[in-house]
Amino acid sequence: MTTAQRTAPPTPLTLPATRAPGCPFDPAPGITDAARGEPVTRATLWDGTSCWLVTRHEDVRAVLGDPRFSADAQRPGFPFLTAGAREVVAGKPTFLRMDDPQHARLRRMLTADFMVKKVEAMRPEVQRLADDLLDRMTAGRTSADLVTDFALPLPSLVICLLLGVPYDDHDFFQERSRILLSLRSTPEEVRAAQDELLEYLTRLARAKRETPDDGIVSRLVARGELADGDIATMGRLLLIAGHETTANMTALSTLALLRNPAQLARLRAEPALVKGAVEELLRYLTIVHNGVPRLATEDVVVGDRTIRAGEGVLCMIGHANRDDAVFPGGDALDVARDARRHVAFGFGVHQCLGQPLARVELQIAVETLFRRLPDLRLAVPYEEIPFRGDMAIYGVHSLPVAW
Amino acid sequence: MRIQADQEKCCGAGSCVLAAPDVFDQREEDGIVVVLDPEPPAALHDAVREAAAICPAAAITVAD
Ligand code: HEM
Ligand code: SF4
Repeated sequence: MTTAQRTAPPTPLTLPATRAPGCPFDPAPGITDAARGEPVTRATLWDGTSCWLVTRHEDVRAVLGDPRFSADAQRPGFPFLTAGAREVVAGKPTFLRMDDPQHARLRRMLTADFMVKKVEAMRPEVQRLADDLLDRMTAGRTSADLVTDFALPLPSLVICLLLGVPYDDHDFFQERSRILLSLRSTPEEVRAAQDELLEYLTRLARAKRETPDDGIVSRLVARGELADGDIATMGRLLLIAGHETTANMTALSTLALLRNPAQLARLRAEPALVKGAVEELLRYLTIVHNGVPRLATEDVVVGDRTIRAGEGVLCMIGHANRDDAVFPGGDALDVARDARRHVAFGFGVHQCLGQPLARVELQIAVETLFRRLPDLRLAVPYEEIPFRGDMAIYGVHSLPVAW
Repeated sequence: MRIQADQEKCCGAGSCVLAAPDVFDQREEDGIVVVLDPEPPAALHDAVREAAAICPAAAITVAD
């Protein structure tokens, strides 16, 4: 048979990529292998289109820091990971998927709310919420699901407070955001969840016109520059980005530390390491694991490749965060590493607006959890932990723990 | 060392404030960078260089 003797073409990389069984903290090995030979490489998306994958730390920073790469998902050729993700931007885009100057105008309406000083002042409140949740979780019990009882409610409570969204509605918006972030949701499900959230937030904005408070939604209303629908769109971005991300980082960080007892012991012995340890966990775990998408608007040389105008790019920040040139031995978790140059929050003008808040929440969550529960351990065999390979934001669906 | 920060470019996520709190701050009204000490003492130079390196918007320039 002559066909068998023909040199097989290299297996094409397809996305979303899967992780190796048994290595749930490591980014997809197929991409790692391809990147070793070719740091700027091609991949095929679910819809048969192809795009570039950028994997080196230096190249990821170059792309995300370059205005010739657009974040505007309505441009033809923009790479989407699923049909559902395409549906999300078919409606009204948030500033996450706009370019400057439109992006900067909207983002700057919020930068004061998330600046370091403002968020640092919230520490006592976040600490109180964390302690209350742990009081309730441990009262009369010796085991619980850390996701539902601690990791998810903590950032949800905080973002609700900040926005002026009633936390009592959390079942409603958590379910909608689960649908929006699931790689398995159909476009119809995504559209329905999107519409319901927008309707809810538009009603909320209208209500704040009548009874203002000092939450972000109310202040955006008072500013008078945006229609209620635009405020709802912004609110949806903040609500989803504000709780899913930190929630998953909290649970996954807990698991990663439990699986690396020497690192956990070191952190417990030296609590001053917590700030650096959170940066290291952000780097090591990189929960935005399917790549940060951009579209080239001009021909641009990246590494040794020319990316042509109109071609899509996915910046694989999880792989960049394991780049040996910047993080030697980066496949290991090292709570004492200086990981501040990680790109887990992205890079460039879209770099995470909520990062000061995420940092405070994570520092408090990790420190409080391991201080208050010195005997914290998994309540099920490690093999049974359901990882979120099926979600846009990585993490675990549940984390049964005992103490 | 002489520091300049471009307030047009700044996207206000505060990495510089975390890296070098004695040198950078954010404006009360919009969270945009302000330089507290444009010619900081030598002991702060490393922190300032780190701030410039992690600034996502390339808004900080350092001249020696
Ligand atoms: C561990 C937690 C978090 C991680 C890993 C994370 C990650 C990211 C990443 C990678 C981006 C850039 C996306 C892109 O360039 O296309 C981003 C943007 C953003 N994040 Fe976060 N995030 C986290 C927490 C938060 C929190 C707590 C908020 C609070 C509201 C938030 C709000 C936002 C917003 C509004 C943007 C869009 C910024 C822009 O386009 O200018 N994030 N985040
Ligand atoms: S790190 Fe750069 S973008 Fe961020 S606040 Fe400082 S100057 Fe502005």
